[in-house]
Amino acid sequence: MDNKGLVTNRLTFSYEDSRLFTFPDITCDPGGHCILMGPSGCGKTTLLHLIAGLLKPRSGDIIIDETNLTGLSSGQTDAFRGRHIGIVFQKPLFIPWLTAFENVQIACYLNNRGAIRPEILGLLASLQLEGKDTSKPAQLSQGELQRLSIARAMVNKPALILADEPTSSLDDVNCEKAIGILKEQAAAVGAMLLIVTHDKRLLDHFSNILFL
Amino acid sequence: MNIVQLNNKHIKAKFLSFFFNVLLFAGGITVISFIFLVSSNLEKQMNKNAAGVDLVVGAKGSPLQLVLSGLYHVDNPTGNIDYSEALKLTENPLIKRAVPLALGDNFKGFRIIGTEHSYVDLYKGNLQEGDLWKGNFEATIGQKVAEKAGLKIGDTFAGVHGFIEQGGHAHNDHTYRVTGIFEPTGTVLDQLILTNIESVWEIHAHHHHGDEHDDDSHSHDGEEAGHDHHEYEAEALEHDGHEHEHEHDEAHGPGGGKEITLMLLQYTNPMGAMTLPRLINSSTNMQAAAPAMEINRLYALMGVGVESLNVIAAFIIIISAFSIFISLINSLKERKYELALIRAMGGSRGKLFSLILLEGLSIAVAGYVLGFLLSRTAVWMLSRYTESNYHYALREWVTANDAYLLVVSLGIGLLSALIPALKAMQTPISKTLSE
Repeated sequence: MDNKGLVTNRLTFSYEDSRLFTFPDITCDPGGHCILMGPSGCGKTTLLHLIAGLLKPRSGDIIIDETNLTGLSSGQTDAFRGRHIGIVFQKPLFIPWLTAFENVQIACYLNNRGAIRPEILGLLASLQLEGKDTSKPAQLSQGELQRLSIARAMVNKPALILADEPTSSLDDVNCEKAIGILKEQAAAVGAMLLIVTHDKRLLDHFSNILFL
Repeated sequence: MNIVQLNNKHIKAKFLSFFFNVLLFAGGITVISFIFLVSSNLEKQMNKNAAGVDLVVGAKGSPLQLVLSGLYHVDNPTGNIDYSEALKLTENPLIKRAVPLALGDNFKGFRIIGTEHSYVDLYKGNLQEGDLWKGNFEATIGQKVAEKAGLKIGDTFAGVHGFIEQGGHAHNDHTYRVTGIFEPTGTVLDQLILTNIESVWEIHAHHHHGDEHDDDSHSHDGEEAGHDHHEYEAEALEHDGHEHEHEHDEAHGPGGGKEITLMLLQYTNPMGAMTLPRLINSSTNMQAAAPAMEINRLYALMGVGVESLNVIAAFIIIISAFSIFISLINSLKERKYELALIRAMGGSRGKLFSLILLEGLSIAVAGYVLGFLLSRTAVWMLSRYTESNYHYALREWVTANDAYLLVVSLGIGLLSALIPALKAMQTPISKTLSE
């Protein structure tokens, strides 16, 4: 089996109290796209967090770029996530007292990368956030926040981008736009793109679709 | 953008809460630091001014008053003693050195002391310029006197009766001439005007009429009596030996019915402390007071006040530690997204821990710095007051206690932030991010 890219293997997970989740195996080639679709409450976000290493699976393996995440310690997982995984959250979450620029910059810092100012400004510009670098998150529109969220996920040139319901709150036009940007940015850094969603509009854009 | 900058930005965003925490912490530090500084200054000054004097002999009264007036020159003297009787004491072989002091006048609040050259040796005084006094009405002055009163060598000035600048009346018929200025010693010598005893006698002794009047408010200029008349001792004086007022002609023989205010004694050996005070107190109508004992008594008296202030300050600091703790714990609620984000972006649990710990430390350090500055300001203001009222300046600004306080502050900052920081580490990332 080729372990480059993303491979999950018989993943199961359970919260302390409730039922066991079993997840279908996912395979995604390096640089490829994958979309996970399912209704609310079926464990989409849970699966995303498992892959991101934010949760520990009960059993099974998650292999990203030949590294088995389940074998890593908590600290190693944090470091691996920082270096190889970019996450676009369902809600645009930012540190409110930092500017847009700093919110992206901190992702570099947390990976012990010197933040290269022109690189970040370039990234912001490519996401139509030019001139917004000194704005606080509260001053940005919903769409700008989402693009900023993508910028933050991209800045470390990850191998894998995870997006949680990136389009659920967008109208058709903006939905198209967002998907376009995600694909484009992922392609720019050669990253895999994994989207979990219940948004049927995305079905047309991806070939590698898994239903939960 | 590192964790320190992140902390700074957070503080800036939540400045009011940070500021109140700092203010509370600084309150406690200010009180403690102030007490440390003042008592350290006081003790040092007291020790320096004690100048190895073992015993102060003066008129009966409060022994503490005697020591304060005779050695530290802050209080009024208890009265006068007979010079010949005091001289008799010095024949005792247990006494190494005896320095007589005659007080009574001041110039611009600086006390004029009639004494002998050995008084200068007590304080290891050296002349900056000029010479020690030789004849009558020659004066050698301390460095502070020269500076504040603007006196130079050769200048003349007239003493004013009493120990405060205003109130007394001037001895305009006798003026002193400055013959020398001492180098600064950091002792009470800096604020004294020294002359010989005879000058003091001459100013006061042959004017005695024995009439009672309020010394403080000499309103008469001497016209009605034809000349100034007043008692040679200060306000509190109760003359019981008035014989000398009739004996002008004999006045200049040593001890011939003359009075001095007090005498400073040094023992030849510690045996002196065993026998001399009791001997003097029981067999003469003079009083002997040991500075060491009296000052310890003073400290013990002040100790209650100092102790209760310390307790209050400690209490403030404990409250402020709780306040830091509570506000950090509360801030975790609103910071949980930030904390979860940091983890999601690759930050370790350790980063979250140190971020919260850093905030607690920032409050403690800022509180310490503010408290340090406030306590110095308070000491500076107190020093200005004591300098203008007692000619005592507080000169010490930094003590070892400051380092000790800094360590304690850091400890308190760390301790109060510890539990919030541990709690921050436990932030459930997945749950927080999917809320």
